[in-house]
Amino acid sequence: MPSAAPRARRGTTQARRVGQHEAGRPGAVWALPAALYFVLFALLPLGFAVWLSFTSYNGIRLAPPRFIGLENWTRLVADPVVLGSVGTTLTLVVVAVATQVPLGLLTGVWAAGPQRFRAVIGALYFIPLLMSTAAVSVLWSSLIDPNFGLPNALPFLFGDGNLLGDKGSALGVVAFIYLWGATPLYTLIFQGAARTIPLSLYQAAQLDGAGIVRQFFSITLPQLRNTIITVSILIVVGTFTAFDIILILTRGGPDNGTAILPFLMYEQAFVSFDLGYGSAIAVVLVVLAAVVSTVMVKITGYADMAGTQEGI
Amino acid sequence: MRTRPNWIAGAAALLWLAVVLLPVFLMLRASFESQGTYLANGPIALPTEFSLDNFARSFEIGFGRYLLNAGIIALGTVAIVLILVPPLAFAIVRSRSRTVRAVFRVLLIGLAVPAQVVVIPLYFLIDSLGLFDTLLGVILPTAAFVVPLTTLVLTGSMREISGETYEAMALDGAGSVRTFLNLVLPLSRGGIATIVVYTALNAWNGFLLPLILTRSPEVMVATVGLSQFRQQFSVDIPGLLSAVVLTIIPIFVVYLFARRALVAGLTGVGGK
Repeated sequence: MPSAAPRARRGTTQARRVGQHEAGRPGAVWALPAALYFVLFALLPLGFAVWLSFTSYNGIRLAPPRFIGLENWTRLVADPVVLGSVGTTLTLVVVAVATQVPLGLLTGVWAAGPQRFRAVIGALYFIPLLMSTAAVSVLWSSLIDPNFGLPNALPFLFGDGNLLGDKGSALGVVAFIYLWGATPLYTLIFQGAARTIPLSLYQAAQLDGAGIVRQFFSITLPQLRNTIITVSILIVVGTFTAFDIILILTRGGPDNGTAILPFLMYEQAFVSFDLGYGSAIAVVLVVLAAVVSTVMVKITGYADMAGTQEGI
Repeated sequence: MRTRPNWIAGAAALLWLAVVLLPVFLMLRASFESQGTYLANGPIALPTEFSLDNFARSFEIGFGRYLLNAGIIALGTVAIVLILVPPLAFAIVRSRSRTVRAVFRVLLIGLAVPAQVVVIPLYFLIDSLGLFDTLLGVILPTAAFVVPLTTLVLTGSMREISGETYEAMALDGAGSVRTFLNLVLPLSRGGIATIVVYTALNAWNGFLLPLILTRSPEVMVATVGLSQFRQQFSVDIPGLLSAVVLTIIPIFVVYLFARRALVAGLTGVGGK
C-alpha cells in the first residue's frame, strides 16, 4: 500500500475531508464477480428460456434447438391442459395464502408472548423447517397411504381413504402438506415482527379498556401490515416449490388435477422431451414471478431502504 | 402485559403443536421398527421395538452415497457463496458507484425469480459446458440462486457497522482491501454464519436442480434418492421413513450448534 504513509501534511482540512470520504470505499470491481456469476447462471438462462420457447428442441446435443417461430405459443394459448394448469396453480396459491397467513400470524403472535413456555413451543413449531420438501412429502405420503397409513387406522376420519384418487382431495392434500412444511417459517417471521411492536401501545389500549380481541385487530394487525404482505408474497413464490410435493406424491394426477405450472413445465420438458414447449410454459411462469417480485419491491420498499441508508 | 390468560389461543396453539409433532413422532417410532411390527401395530402406536435394521438397509442400498453427494454439494455451494457474496455486500453497503446500485436492484428482482423457471436453459447450459451428470454441474446453479438472498442478509449485517469505524480506518490510510479484511469481515461474522447455514441448508434440501441435472446413481443426492425410494419401496414404510430421518440428522445437528444463525437466516427473508 503506497499511500499508507501518514495522512499528515496532506493540505487543508477540507481537502483531507474529501479524501477521507472516498478512502477505503470499494469500487464497482468488488461487485463484479458475483454480478457476472449471477448473470451467467440465472439471468442469461432467463433470456435463453425466451429464445427456446420459439424453438423445437428435444434435449439431445446432436440436434440443437431449431427455430419454429410462434408454433409453441399458438399451441400454448389453445392448450386446455395449460389453461387448466393456470387454474390449478391459482387455486393452490389462493388456498395457500388463505390458510398459511392466518395460521402463521396466530401462532407467531401467540409465540411472541412474554411467557417462557411460549418461546419453547415456538421452537418446537420450527421442526418441519428442518426437513426438505422431499422429506416432508415422503413422510406424508407414508402417513396417508390408503393401506398402511392413517386412513386405514382411522376410517371414520378418512372415508374410503383414497385421498389422492379425487381431484379435489388430492389438491387439498398437496395444499395441506405445503402448509405443514412452510408455515413454521411464517410463524417465525410473525413471531419476530410481533416482538418489535412497542409494548406501550398495548398498555395504552388496556387503559382504554380494550380486550384482547380488540387489541389484536386494532394494534397487532395494523402493525404487522408489511409483514403480512411480505409473507403473502413469499407464499405465492413458494408455491412453485410445491413442485417437489406434486412430483413425489401425485405426479400431477389424478387427471392433471394437481398439475401446477412448474410441474407441467417439467413434464413437457423432461418426461415428454419437448423442451421448446416446456420453455414456453416457463416464460409464462417468469412473467408471473416478475409481476410478483416487482410488487414485492414496490410495496415493501426494500430498494428505498437501501437508498436512504447509503453512505450513513 | 396481557393480564388474563387467553385460553382459546392457548388451546389452538397446542392443537397446532400436536399437528406438527405427531407426524414427527410417528416417523421416528416407525423408523426403528420392522415392517412386521409396523403392519401389526398400525401407524398410530407407542414404541415397542428399537432396531437399527432399517438404517443399515438404507446404507446397503446406497443411501450413504446419496447423503455424501448432498454433503459435497452443500460444501461446494457454501465455498462459492463465501467467495462471491461478502465482497458484493461490501460494495453495496460502501460503494458510491452507480453500477453497484444497479447490480443491487437486479438482485432484488432475482430474489423472487425461483430456480424452477430457468431449469430448461440451465439444463442446456450445463450440458453444453460438459457438466451434465456431475456434482459441479449442480453446485454452480445452486450457488447462483442463493446469491440474492444471502447478499441481502449480509448487507443488512454490514450496515450495522458504524460510519465512524470506517472513518477511523480511512484516517489510518487503509484502502478498501484492508478495510474489508480487517474491519468488515470480522465485524460481520454473525451475518456470514447466517448465510453459510442458509446456503448449506438450501443446497442440502435442493430437489429440482439435481433431479434434472444428474442421472446416474453415483451422483444422486439424498432428496432425489428419497423420491426414488418412494416409487420403488412404497410398501416398506419403516424403511422409507428411516431414510427420511437420515436426511434430517445433519440439519438437526446444525440446528443444535448454530440455532441462532439458522433462525436469523430464515427470518432474514421477511423480517423487515
